Amino acid sequence: MAAHCLFFTQTEEDWLPFSCDIPLLMAGGLRGKERERTNLLKQCLLCRVAGVQSHQAWKTNPLGDVGLNVLLKTEDPRTQNGSLMARPNKTADMSVFSEVTQAAPVAVFKLTQDFSNDQFPSKVNLGVGAYRTDEGQPWVLPVVKKVEKIIVHDDRLNHEYLPILGLPEFRSSASKIALGDDSPAIQENRVGAVQCLGGTGALKMGAEFLRRFYNGNNNTKTPVYVSAPTWENHNAIFANAGFEDVRAYKYWDTEKRGLDLAGFLGDLESCPEHSIFVLHACAHNPTGIDPTQEQWKMIAEIMMRRNLFVFFDSAYQGFASGSLDKDAWAVRYFVSLGFEMFCAQSFSKNFGLYNERVGNLTVVARDADNLKRILSQMEKIVRTTWSNPPSQGARVVAITLNSPELFTEWKDNVKTMADRVLLMRAQLKAKIQALGTPGTWDHITEQIGMFSFTGLNPKQVEYMVKEKHIYLMASGRINMCGLTTKNIDYVAESIHDAVTKVQ
Amino acid sequence: MSIFSDVPQAPPVAVFQLTADFRQDSHPQKVNLGVGAYRTDDCQPWVLPVVKKVERLIVEDDSLNHEYLPILGLPEFRSASASKVALGDDNTAIKENRVGGVQSLGGTGALRIGAEFLRRWYNGVNNTATPVYVSAPTWENHNSVFTDAGFKDIRPYHYWDAASRGLDITGLLDDLENAPEHSIFVLHACAHNPTGIDPTQEQWKKIAEVMKRRNLFAFFDSAYQGFASGSLEKDAWAIRFFVSEGFELFVAQSFSKNFGLYNERVGNLTVVAQDSDSLTRILSQMEKIVRTTWSNPPSQGARVVSKTLNSPELFDEWKGNVKTMADRVLLMRDQLKAKLQALGTPGTWDHITQQIGMFSFTGLNPKQVEYMIKEKHVYLMASGRINMCGLTSKNIDYVAQSIHDAVTKVQ
Repeated sequence: MAAHCLFFTQTEEDWLPFSCDIPLLMAGGLRGKERERTNLLKQCLLCRVAGVQSHQAWKTNPLGDVGLNVLLKTEDPRTQNGSLMARPNKTADMSVFSEVTQAAPVAVFKLTQDFSNDQFPSKVNLGVGAYRTDEGQPWVLPVVKKVEKIIVHDDRLNHEYLPILGLPEFRSSASKIALGDDSPAIQENRVGAVQCLGGTGALKMGAEFLRRFYNGNNNTKTPVYVSAPTWENHNAIFANAGFEDVRAYKYWDTEKRGLDLAGFLGDLESCPEHSIFVLHACAHNPTGIDPTQEQWKMIAEIMMRRNLFVFFDSAYQGFASGSLDKDAWAVRYFVSLGFEMFCAQSFSKNFGLYNERVGNLTVVARDADNLKRILSQMEKIVRTTWSNPPSQGARVVAITLNSPELFTEWKDNVKTMADRVLLMRAQLKAKIQALGTPGTWDHITEQIGMFSFTGLNPKQVEYMVKEKHIYLMASGRINMCGLTTKNIDYVAESIHDAVTKVQ
Repeated sequence: MSIFSDVPQAPPVAVFQLTADFRQDSHPQKVNLGVGAYRTDDCQPWVLPVVKKVERLIVEDDSLNHEYLPILGLPEFRSASASKVALGDDNTAIKENRVGGVQSLGGTGALRIGAEFLRRWYNGVNNTATPVYVSAPTWENHNSVFTDAGFKDIRPYHYWDAASRGLDITGLLDDLENAPEHSIFVLHACAHNPTGIDPTQEQWKKIAEVMKRRNLFAFFDSAYQGFASGSLEKDAWAIRFFVSEGFELFVAQSFSKNFGLYNERVGNLTVVAQDSDSLTRILSQMEKIVRTTWSNPPSQGARVVSKTLNSPELFDEWKGNVKTMADRVLLMRDQLKAKLQALGTPGTWDHITQQIGMFSFTGLNPKQVEYMIKEKHVYLMASGRINMCGLTSKNIDYVAQSIHDAVTKVQ
């Protein structure tokens, strides 16, 4: 039984059987019913990331975190569970939905589900990206609790529809957080915002707008570049917005366990003009490796010279280093150079408001007139998607950001989270080194934010999950927030065992 | 030169422009009969007492946190309560485990997710050519939602008969007979927006018969359940009838109006499938669509609704609040008609009390509407649609007089 790497985009039509010494572009590069093999010589991203040269022994079923779903199948990609999926003729009793196929679950949620079902007493969940306290518990920020009470007792508030673009005091304060209070672009009245449903919603709105209006009208062929690897949903968001050509730019260097700067800059130089680049503002997900300020300057120079579009994804501002300003350096630098750009902001992590879906698409335009026209078109897109955004989370954030006292309290809560993560990083590295685990582990403290790309390969990950009941993504990504003083020894030892026992 | 220099200015959404103009107007007797939100007799927004109560319960509940909801939403909201409200607790389809829900961003979000799914999976794969029929007239956003979901062929079906100021049932049935097989029909479950005219039960039966025979897809839009007649069951009759006839169908539910939770975006796409296996596959694909749109839905509004629906006491209190709103609207309808008749305003005005729900299609033509706005500072949609909730015991005489003047002075 041959093993295949299968890449899914939005429908199961778009997958391709392959083996690891035959190339596969990461995202959307090969679509349609043709089961062609290309002549390019690249590995599937997951294999490249994990440094796997041969997939012969790769029998597991991890669902990757890099935009790929990896499944073990028999030769014919149309089969499911070994039987051919027929397309029978419709009869009167047939459901109109009989040909709807079962979609694979989203990897990271499946991981958490498996974790929940596991009975092992020492199990650890290092999967989904949400903050946990040292007791392994979710944390409602004290300032959030306080503001929620203020809101519920304020009888002047009602539930009337927000404007289409959202709560005004949220939008402006959110953009200020990203760009800085004294941002010249804000003073020049060329910064606007769209309140969106978390970072996902902000990316979606931005993508829908760009597909309609960027680089010609309805130009679905404009290449969109996402980092290799990246958050698994980036690809799908842009593909579903209509972009037909979502590609990877080099980012993670497996050997160095760091940034592949030369590759990255090379892709910037060689990509088609006007390509869109999705950049992680800080705390890159999943690698935790951010460009240095010098490296950002190089990136910006090329992007300006080659007319590439800057689309920042900022989901961890404040959470990464503990400092809002530090984490926004790249975004602000690009603004200072005069880019017309988008920044998709999420307040899920830094406010711990995951389930209230608080996001903001900051638009930096050339001038106020451009901004006005852009926002008017954004309204049309919002109107047919969610009509107008939800109030609760935006109110919490707006009240907090607009009150000096609450703002200070919030920054403190954010620093609490960031500091705990930094502590866990330092301790994990120290423990692994103390165990004498082969390899270098500096990357654990060099990487920043919630995630660390451990460098564990899929087999080692499988070992961690199956033998040690430590749940992490197939890519080797761990959520540092899942570590606590109580489980860190067990995790360090397990990593040691995985590295020494499993190749 | 900006990369966006060719982006044109989009026109504002009509109903919001109307409200903006209303706000700018300093005339002391101005009245806003535009946007569809409930108002008290003091012309104020109304936070339902039960909502206020439940919000307090939520904020005091330290067992709750802000962790991501599942992609399809809060379980106790979706199928456990929201879908049950639409189909009835003892609905056979629910018992047969073939009903599911996708928590969505208001009615808009539910329509959008349903449309995205149908475009991908209904009548072939990615069949953007399947015709989608929306009523003439309909909520102005229906067309755009389906268009943006990728459908290329949105068509009207006959609905409003201007001459009789009622339902053009013949035209509707004809359109059903002549539509291409497998066409999608967007049906208003009750309180048709903007006309306020609903089919009778007998008419619904005829509609269902044709749709079944011709394999047309039923996509209900249910934004006013409870709000229209004051009775949840009565307002859901059409949906439940179609389900009992064995249709596989969608219902886009909104809790904006009947819970007054407009800005928390509480909606639910109820899916009635043929069997539970089908349902499982459908919901798995719904997850993929949700994931790239909003990832997972907002918690606050869904928590309020599910807590209310799942507590017998709060549920009763809520039904009481809903009846309060529905009754005030019915009262305004009665009084407006009575005053117009007392004034001897030409024409028949029975439609004002025959129509149901928040809106009334007055029958005023665009010139008369313009007169109402410019001369009388009474703001209504160009279609002649008025929001009954905008009427109060204090302004109803002025509005009746203004309509009288418009009809008698402007042709």
